[in-house]
Amino acid sequence: MKINNIGYLLKAGIREIFLHGFMSFAAVVVTVACLLIVGSFSILLYNVNILVERLNQTNEVIAYIDDSFSEAEAQQVQTKINLLDNVHKAEFMTREEALDRFVAEHGGDPAFSGLEPEDLRHRVIITLEDNALIEQTVSQVESIQGVVKITAAYELAEGFSTLQSVLQVGSLAIIGVLLLVSLLIISNTVKLAMYDRREEIAIMKMVGATNGFIRVPFVVQGFILGMVGAGTAFGLEWLLYDFVVKKIAQLDTLMMFSLVPFQQVLVPMICTFGAAGLFVGVVGSWTSIRKFMNAPAH
Amino acid sequence: MIEFKKVKKSYSEGNHALRGISMQIEDGEFCFLVGPSGSGKSTIIKLITGEIRPTSGSVHVNGYSLERIRKREIPYLRRTVGVVFQDFRLIENMTVYDNVAFAMRVVGAQSREIRERVPYVLDLVGLENKGRRHPGELSGGEQQRLAIARALVNNPSTIIADEPTGNLDPARSMEIMTLLQEINNLGTTMLVVTHAKDLVEHFVNRVITIEEGLITSDRTDGHYEDQ
Ligand SMILES: Nc1ncnc2c1ncn2[C@@H]1O[C@H](COP(=O)(O)OP(=O)(O)O)[C@@H](O)[C@H]1O
Ligand SMILES: [Mg+2]
Repeated sequence: MKINNIGYLLKAGIREIFLHGFMSFAAVVVTVACLLIVGSFSILLYNVNILVERLNQTNEVIAYIDDSFSEAEAQQVQTKINLLDNVHKAEFMTREEALDRFVAEHGGDPAFSGLEPEDLRHRVIITLEDNALIEQTVSQVESIQGVVKITAAYELAEGFSTLQSVLQVGSLAIIGVLLLVSLLIISNTVKLAMYDRREEIAIMKMVGATNGFIRVPFVVQGFILGMVGAGTAFGLEWLLYDFVVKKIAQLDTLMMFSLVPFQQVLVPMICTFGAAGLFVGVVGSWTSIRKFMNAPAH
Repeated sequence: MIEFKKVKKSYSEGNHALRGISMQIEDGEFCFLVGPSGSGKSTIIKLITGEIRPTSGSVHVNGYSLERIRKREIPYLRRTVGVVFQDFRLIENMTVYDNVAFAMRVVGAQSREIRERVPYVLDLVGLENKGRRHPGELSGGEQQRLAIARALVNNPSTIIADEPTGNLDPARSMEIMTLLQEINNLGTTMLVVTHAKDLVEHFVNRVITIEEGLITSDRTDGHYEDQ
């Protein structure tokens, strides 16, 4: 393509958009809606991934010791746990210490007033070498005599892992469908523009315009529609996400589900929206052009 | 140069639009192609522009072999062959000037070339004062002259016209045919499909007659043989 043609071809592409103002507007609106949902699912997935990672890192396994064990006997259990392969550290905590910690965490809550050390168990607090092996280690700890109960944050982590997989599959399906929807609407808009120009296209072919030259304005049209859609969706996503982050911060004072700030995912989000816009715009126009160009000239 | 060798064309099973056409039209020649409706004249033109391919035989046009031309070469073949149709095929929402300039722009001409060349060809066809008009504001004869200007503007070595006077009254037809003759005198090879017996006889050029897909007469004395 010669340089002196580029201005002409760009203008021709932009002209297509304004000549089909309503259809172009509809295509952009649908693309914005689709990409907004696509983006929301992407950022949700990203947050869930981070949450699961964080939960895995803070894994703490607590082994509760049989009530009937004396403090000395309970300490022996700690020694045994310490000998296990994957155990990084096993700390013994008496029921009195456990109560102190509990009171410190839920201090002043009247529901727990009158709680006595006897109501709690001695316990061993275990941190692991490798969190991936948590299940094996937990079952090894369970089989030690005197351990009556184990709580491990991995149950929570696992819950989120399941959520993560479900979300991943679901999101990919939704993302795929919505990308297809916006691709189709852009494809149809371009098809309409080409149909409108069929006589001009026939004349272009007749006087010897190359297929590439004939296509470019329509690819430009699709590209601009896709990019305008992606840019708008990106801006809306940013606003919407910031809003949700603030709302969650207000409600969730424990900071359990704090979301990453949008700024932190700015670059990947720009790439995601840019790629999606490019994909639906260029592929959308290209498919309808191919079909159209293969039809006979006159 | 246009050369057909034993060209057959069937659009479908059992259809025989052309049944063995051999002919040669030299550079700079003016040739009429006559014959009854359905005899295969338009098929010959579509073969020359690469719109369809021969079923058998060979077609050579300005150095291209049409029976084996690659798709991406066809635009370059078409730049050597200007085409004019009975129904003008102008773009209604473009001015006269833009209709011609468009044909240059879409083959990648520079703006400067366009500004020089378009007034020249409009002048050649006698539309120098109508550049700002739209095709709808022109008479039929003027519209066909505009179509001829467009066919000429990329300086093709050959012009083919499929019944260019089919929609025009006798006086306008004579004007158009005179214009084509003048263009031919400037060196452009001319192949004109027509039914206008009086015009064929008036201009005294080579006449190829085709009937049912076969050449039945090819003579240079300007004689139009009725079937
Ligand atoms: N696209 C087509 N499909 C099928 N048959 C066609 C097609 N074009 C032309 N024909 C047939 O081929 C024959 C020659 O047609 P054509 O070349 O258009 O004749 P002419 O231009 O001399 O009137 C006719 O019988 C016509 O019906
Ligand atoms: Mg015909």
